[in-house]
This record gives sequence, structure tokens and C-alpha cells, in this order.
Amino acid sequence: MSNIILITIVTMSVLGIILAMVLYLVAKKFKVEEDPRIDIIEATMPGANCGGCGFAGCRDFATACVKAGSLEGKFCPVGGNAVMKIVGEKLGLQVEEKAPSIAVVRCNGNCDVRPRTSIYDGSSSCRVSASLYNGDTDCAFGCLGLGDCEAACPFDSIKINRTTGLPEVNPDTCTACGSCVSACPKQVIELRPKGPKDRRLFVACRNKDKGGVARKACTNACIGCKKCEKVCNFEAISVTDNLAYIDPAKCRLCRKCAAECPTGAIHEVNFPPRPPKPAAAPASPAAPAAPAAPATETLKKEE
Amino acid sequence: MRKLIVSPSPHIHSKDSTRSLMADVLIALSPAMLVSVFFYGLQAIQMVLVGAVTCVAVEWLIQKYLQKVKPTINDLSAAVTGVLLALNLPPNSPWWLTIVGSIVAIGVAKLTFGGLGHNIFNPALVGRVFLLISFPVLMTDWSIPASWFINSTDAVTGATPLAAINEGLASGLSVKDILAQNPGLSYSNILFARAGGSVGEISGLALMLGFIYLLVRRVIRPHITISIWLTIAVVTGIFWLINPDVYTGPVFNLLTGGVLLGSIFMATDYVTSPMAAKGQIIYGIGIGLITVMIRYWGSYPEGVSFAILIMNAFTPLINKYIHPTRFGKEVRNG
Amino acid sequence: MRTFKIGGVHPHDKKIASDCPIEQFPIQSKAYLPLSQHIGAPAQAVVAVGDKVLVGQLIAQAGGFVSSPIHSSVSGTVSAIGPVKDFTGRAIPTITIDVEGDEWDPSIDRSPDIVRECALEPKEIIAKISAMGVVGLGGASFPTHVKLSPPPGKKAECLIINGAECEPYLTSDYRLLIEHPEEIVIGATIMMKALGVKRGYIAIEENKPEAIALLTKTAASYEGVEVVKLRKKYPQGGEKQLIDAVTGRRVPSMGLPIDAGAVVQNVGTSFAVYEAVQKNKPLFEGVVTVTGDCVKNRGNWLLRAGTPYQALLDSAGELPVGALKLISGGPMMGRTIVNPEGPTVKSTSALLVLTAEQTSRQKETGCIRCGKCIDACPMGLEPYLLNKLARLGRYDEMEALKIADCIECGCCLYSCPAYMPLLDNIRIAKAEVIKRIRARAVQK
Repeated sequence: MSNIILITIVTMSVLGIILAMVLYLVAKKFKVEEDPRIDIIEATMPGANCGGCGFAGCRDFATACVKAGSLEGKFCPVGGNAVMKIVGEKLGLQVEEKAPSIAVVRCNGNCDVRPRTSIYDGSSSCRVSASLYNGDTDCAFGCLGLGDCEAACPFDSIKINRTTGLPEVNPDTCTACGSCVSACPKQVIELRPKGPKDRRLFVACRNKDKGGVARKACTNACIGCKKCEKVCNFEAISVTDNLAYIDPAKCRLCRKCAAECPTGAIHEVNFPPRPPKPAAAPASPAAPAAPAAPATETLKKEE
Repeated sequence: MRKLIVSPSPHIHSKDSTRSLMADVLIALSPAMLVSVFFYGLQAIQMVLVGAVTCVAVEWLIQKYLQKVKPTINDLSAAVTGVLLALNLPPNSPWWLTIVGSIVAIGVAKLTFGGLGHNIFNPALVGRVFLLISFPVLMTDWSIPASWFINSTDAVTGATPLAAINEGLASGLSVKDILAQNPGLSYSNILFARAGGSVGEISGLALMLGFIYLLVRRVIRPHITISIWLTIAVVTGIFWLINPDVYTGPVFNLLTGGVLLGSIFMATDYVTSPMAAKGQIIYGIGIGLITVMIRYWGSYPEGVSFAILIMNAFTPLINKYIHPTRFGKEVRNG
Repeated sequence: MRTFKIGGVHPHDKKIASDCPIEQFPIQSKAYLPLSQHIGAPAQAVVAVGDKVLVGQLIAQAGGFVSSPIHSSVSGTVSAIGPVKDFTGRAIPTITIDVEGDEWDPSIDRSPDIVRECALEPKEIIAKISAMGVVGLGGASFPTHVKLSPPPGKKAECLIINGAECEPYLTSDYRLLIEHPEEIVIGATIMMKALGVKRGYIAIEENKPEAIALLTKTAASYEGVEVVKLRKKYPQGGEKQLIDAVTGRRVPSMGLPIDAGAVVQNVGTSFAVYEAVQKNKPLFEGVVTVTGDCVKNRGNWLLRAGTPYQALLDSAGELPVGALKLISGGPMMGRTIVNPEGPTVKSTSALLVLTAEQTSRQKETGCIRCGKCIDACPMGLEPYLLNKLARLGRYDEMEALKIADCIECGCCLYSCPAYMPLLDNIRIAKAEVIKRIRARAVQK
């Protein structure tokens, strides 16, 4: 009996030693020399492998940073300036600061204001629907609500709200990696600077139809009336193809345009509530929608 | 204004659904069920009912309270598993055996892998093999219960044909002698439901009826079943010709030990069998070979359950490497 | 009886409009003629707003070799040239004509006599077909003259006239076959002459016995034309499947029919070629089936291109209340109509009306790995796998699995018991893979 145990122990030990030597030799022979800094840099990366930087993953990005010898044009949107600063320190390179960005949904055609005019019965994918026709509403530019952005987001930060049928971005977890932007066939999502104190102002509409057509399809649509363009003191707003666009680089967040917009297409996020202005209420019937919509977002932020 | 429906083509559907396919399998099993009820009476009804009800209940409970998803019992796949499991048990097994088997089949073999479509092994077979290993005495008790319809003195041998052969061979007899000693082992008895065996395999003819129904309704394709049969027939045929004293012949091997039940209803399980025709043939040949190997050289007298489970494990590999015949194989130059 | 060897499904054929003879559809007050009614470059308008046009007059010339001219389908005044919403609701460049009377271009031979002899040289035949705006009427609207001009180094050996009409419900090809058998056979001989081939086959599915008998009798007096009876199986009329069924040859992966030495043309195209070459009549009208189980007044109409679908819908009689699906084409490959005010084009073959019960897809359940999609796929692909990879965006793997060979016949989705939207996702991924293959070819 003790004999068997002894033999077992000896065989297993010898086997272990032989295999360990094989492993050691193989590791020695096939070792690939890599710049050790790549590992260091990779360790500082967020590790989401989202591809938001334009490279095939965090290690690819780290390799590129080490090899290029300059950090020009290289930015990890997920880690942001904090991570890039560490990367710069470790590599002894200059880092360009970038204003943090966030994804914003430039469509406010929820189920109440944008009636469904047909019944979509295909695969639950925006790309499939967009390849077929303009969408199940009369707006050819708006969100299709089938959730390609939700499926693409590696951080679970964009979700379709079932009551409005529109995606909502969670500002705390969105890293502006851009996955949703490229997933959306209607180019409804845009990356915009987060803004000071997270305050942002943008046109929540992509409709390039003429005002009447756009308005008929969706009462929240930008109708290209140019009121905002005129009221803006900083030339930040331009109206092309019946659609207003606020240039975040020029916008000083004065909010004059949002008050002027007759359809409430301009959204203000995270601003303090406006002081009540009893007499100045514009005549347009849709005006109350303007403060109402951002208010929900402000509330969410405060939660 | 009238709303129009919009979708990509095609705009019509064959109307086959998972539920209708599973219902077809149940219909195909009904001749075998009827025959077993005829021979075993209430006992058979009780086993099939307990199996089906337990499987459905276990699936509903686990999905509702553990996985917190919408239960999928409506697709009838759990019911099929329950019926198949019951038909694979010995006729004398107690009711709690069926329940234990059902819990293992659904709870362990099916839902832990993600439910229908994701399980690697055939749930009913996992349940059966679990019982076979855990309760070997009960699972090899082939004595025939008292029934309303047949006189118990008419009832044939207590052992299954294969077990009888195995025991006989162990005691040094030749196949011919064993068959001579057991008059109940004639082919006509096996085909028309006399020989001992599990509840469902009492009549080969009833199982064949089910097979034909499945083929006519295009529920399954014949590739797997036929390749199992051919493999078993050819391999056992060769050995039988070499030495008929030690090795049993092809017809005997095809008709006994659950080959029919296994090859028609278990091996063809959608989830755990390969999808392309060529892969299905490889899978069938594998099952046939392993079955014969277990029967001739293994310690278990039967082997179909183990053979199917072993080939189940190869199914993902077969699916990965065996593709269907493509239309226009070569690529156009330039 | 011949058929293709891989895959296929057997939907009920529902040829419920097969007994309605072809009738002229009333001309509407306006005709909308899109500049792109074919695959390839859009045509360029050669008329201006205010111009008077006659039926059959050239109004837009071809925009390149792979393009086709457009002829007016009505007589009247050009009232607008600009974007008009087509049946999918997308605005596309269109010539709008206000109809005044029905005055034909005098060069068109409108007599019912059948002209059998064709004295033109092959080159002249192809030029004439091109000038008359003939495009494939089998669904893809590929310009016919391009198909009849094989690229250098490739030689056609036979012509196949596709009379399979394997799509359920459609009957326009069947009506043409039994009402104009001689013209179709002459059209085939003209195309055989243009291609320089000695053999022509007219392939018809077994569910049209009258057409097979009639065409066999007619073809007997024309040398080299043979009628082939095919088994009823979808997609028998797919180009690659038809060549496999008739000649036993298989078009290689990513190849064209000419790689198997065959040219396939639809029955309707053959009739249009006859009219274009022998009667000098451009392609501006065709037979359109209006059908559906819920349609009271079914019919096979000789319809001018540019008629709004709504007019056809009005002719169908009272429709059931509730949501409907309108389909331009057959139920397997047709496209849904979103905007019924959109116009038909010269290759429109049918308006099919299905009720919500007939067409609504059930909720998708999980794949049970039954392999029915693999059995059904006529190209020998693995739709369940492609669908999975498409959702993950793994294009390289899909390319290796031959997704680019998918013919979008719909057999996979038709047969899937889990109602998975297989083809929906595969179609999108296929377009992306083909885009990548092309981009690589350009880089080289």
C-alpha cells in the first residue's frame, strides 16, 4: 500500500518537474520583446476596449501612444483628461487638454408630438427600418426608437425610454466614446462639450424639411424660422436647410434662443429654473414645452 | 386614415412555430404512448403525466422565481422532455423517480445552460442517465407490472433482451444458446411489443409510425436516424459474420435497447444535434459506432443514451467545421 | 421534371387571379415618371416644363451604358420636373405629366398583326432594345441591353426565358404566356439572335399546365426554342436557381449567370423586346396583377408606368377595415408600399394586398437550432449563424461564410419557427460586406 503511494508521489513530482522545465524553455524561446511601457500605459487605460479613441482597443491605443512618440490627435474619450494626463506623465509627452464631451440626442419627437403613421413590423433594428423607408412617422430625420444606440453602447449609458420612445443618455456614465453616434442611421446623436457646470444648449431636432412639413410631422420640430439666429448675440446659431444648429464653440449659454424658439426645439440642460416672466410669454401655443422638457432632465440630474 | 404595415420581405410565413413543431413531436410519440398504456395500464399513464407535469412545473417555477424571466412553457418543449423522459424509464419505476429525473432534466440540463436552444445535452437523456447512475437497481428492474390487459403469466422475461444477452455471455453461453433459452426474444415479439424494455420502446412498430409522421410533416430530416441505423447495421453485421457466437446480429441490435426510441426522438433533438445535412450524418455515424462499442465491449448492456450524450458534446464542433453545400463552390476569377 | 438542387420552400401558390384576362387600366389624370426606374445611372430629362409629349415619346435619355431611357406613358403636358415621393415615401427626381387625351407617337406600330421575321443584325437589335428603354421585368429592373452584351471573353451558350413565376399570388407572367405566346417566343428568338446562341429555353413551373401546353405547341415552329417544365418550388425563378434547374450548371460564388454560359430574361421582358424590336414600341406599360385574398376585384391590368398605386387600390374594390400591408411585387420578395400616392414604374409586376392576420410577424422567440433555415436556403448558407454575426457586426466572418451570395429570397425567414428576423439583419450585413469587398477592390 505504502509502495503505491510512494510511486504515485514520485511519478507526479518527476512529471511536474519535466513539464515545468518544458514550460520554462518554451517561455524563454518564444518570448516576444515588447516595450514595457505599453503594459504600463495599458494599465492606466479604462479597459473598456470601446474603440472610442479610433484604435482597436486599449492595448492598441497604448501601443500607438508609445510608438508614435507624440500624443497629438490621440485622446481617450472614456478616461478623459485625467487619464491622458497620466499617460503624458509616464511617457514624458505633451498632452492637449480637451473639453469633456457627452452624447446628446438631437430629436425630441416623442410619441405624443410625433404621431405614428405606419406600423413597422420588421426586425427591431433602426438600420433595417432606415433601409426600408423614412420611418414610421412623417418625419424623415428623427429618431426611429428601435434602440441601435442602446445595443451599441458599451457602458449601458443610453437607454430607450419606453414612454417617449426616445433614447436618454445617462450623464454620469456616458464617456462620449461615440459608439452610439456611429450606430445611429439617422445621425440623431451628436457628441457635444459637456459645458461649464454641465450646462448645455442644443437644438433637439434634425428635421431639414420646410417649416410647415416639419411641423405637421412633429410639433416639437425645428421649423427653421431663424428667430434664434436673429436673437443670438454671438453668431453661434446658423440655420441651413431649414434647420438651426448651435455651434458649441461660440455659444455663451445665454439662453436667449431657447426662450425665443416657438416649438421648444432648443433644449437647455442643467440650467437653474428661469425667473418667472409673467408678461413676456411668447404667443406661440407650443412655448410651454420649452421649459418643460429640459426640466425633466434637470430633475434627473439632481436625483 | 388607414395605417399601413411596413416590413422587409418576405411578407408571409410557413406558420411553423416552435410550439407547433413540439406539438408534432408529441403527436408522433402518441402511438408509442398508446401501446404502453395498453400493456402497462395506469402505470404508464401515471408516468407520462407525472413526467410532463413535473417538467412544465419545474420550468415555470425556475423561470418565474429564480431567473425572473417570462416563462416559456407555452412552447411545449418542457412537456416533450417530460414525456420522453417518462418513456425512457422502466415500467415499474416509482412516481418519485420520474419527478427526480424531470427536475434534473429541466433544472440542470436545460435551464442552467440558458433554456431552449442553449442546452448542450439532451435534457431527457441527462435526466435518464442521472437516474441510471444514481438508482441503478430501480433503473434496471425490468419486471413487468400487473396490468388489466395481459395475463401476467403471458408476460415475458424480466430482463431486457440486451441484458439477457449480456448475462448469458458472461456466464459463457453463446448468443444462439441464449436466444434458444429465451423464447420471448424473437424478433416478432420485439417488433410487436412483447419484450421487456423501457415504457416507450415496447413496440418498434409504434415508434416507426411516429418517425414516418415526423418525416411527412417535415419536422425532422431522416439523415440522423437513418445514418444511426445504417452504422449499427453495418458494424454489427461485420462482427456477427466474423463470430455469431459472441456478437449479436444487426436486426437484433437495431430493434432492442432503445435504438429506435433514441434514434428517432432523442438523437434528432433540434438543439443538441448538428444543423447541416453532412454534419447530421457524421453525428449519426458517431452515435452508431459508440452504441455498438458500448454494447460489445462496455459493462452496460445498452448504450444509446451514452452514445447520444457523447455526440451531443461534439455537436458545436461539428456545427463549426461542417458547413452545408454551398451553391457554386468556386469563386469567379477577376 | 427539373428543379434546383439545394434548399427551397413550398409556400401555397395562391394564383387566385390567374383567370382574369389582361385588360387596359384606365389612364389617370396625372402620370409620375421617376428618372430612375432601373438599376444603374438615373436617366437625364430631355423635356422641359410646359413641353407637350406623346405616348411613347422619349422624355429622358440614358445616363450611361448601365442605364435606360424613359419614355412617356401618356400624352399631355410636362407640368413639373422635380422630387416626388415614391412608394417608400422618399422623394426622388420625377417628371410629372398632366394627361390630355391618348395620342400615340406615330412611329409605333399599333396593329395587332404579329411580325415574325427580324432582319436586324445583332448589334442593331441590342441598340434598338437599349433605345426603347427595355429593362428586366423580373424584379431587379436591370437594363436588358447590358445583359445581352456579355463582357469580352465571356460567351453565352443559351438563353433562358423565365416563366417560372414562383412567387405566390402573381399571375401577370402567366397571363402573358397564355395570351401572347407567339410574341414571347419571337422575343426569345430575337434575343437569341442578338446573343448569337442556338439554344433557347422557356422555363415554366408545373402549376401552369395550360401555359406549358400552349408554349410547347407554339415553340414547335421555331428552331432552337424548347419549353422546360419545372417543379413548383420557390425560388425556382431566381436566376441562379433557374440556370441550375434548366442546364444543371451552377453559377460560381460572386459570379454572374454569364459565367455559367447562360442569360436569363423574364417572360415580360421577352414580350417587351418583341414589341420594341418588331413594333417600335418603347417600354412604358406592362401587365400588373392586383390581387390578395381580401381583394374583391382582382385583375391583370395592362398598366401605364407612372400611375399612382392608389388608382390600382381603388380598382380593387372595398377592402377590409383595419391595418393592411400593400406590397409591390410578390409576398416573398416584394417591397411594402408606404405611400400609395407613389407611382408604379415600368417594371412593376403586382399590387398585393394582405391583411394584418396574413402577414403580421409573430414575436421573435429564441433560436432552437432546428436547422430549417439551412434546409431552406437555396444558396447553401447558414442564415441562423449569419443573423447572429450580423447583430454582432462581425463582417469578416460573415464574408468567409459567403454572405455576399445571399439572394434575399426570404426562404430562411419564411421557414423559421422562432420567427427570427433572419433576412432583415442579413440583408443589412450583406450590403455592408459587399461595400467592404468593393472598397478593397478599389484599393488594389
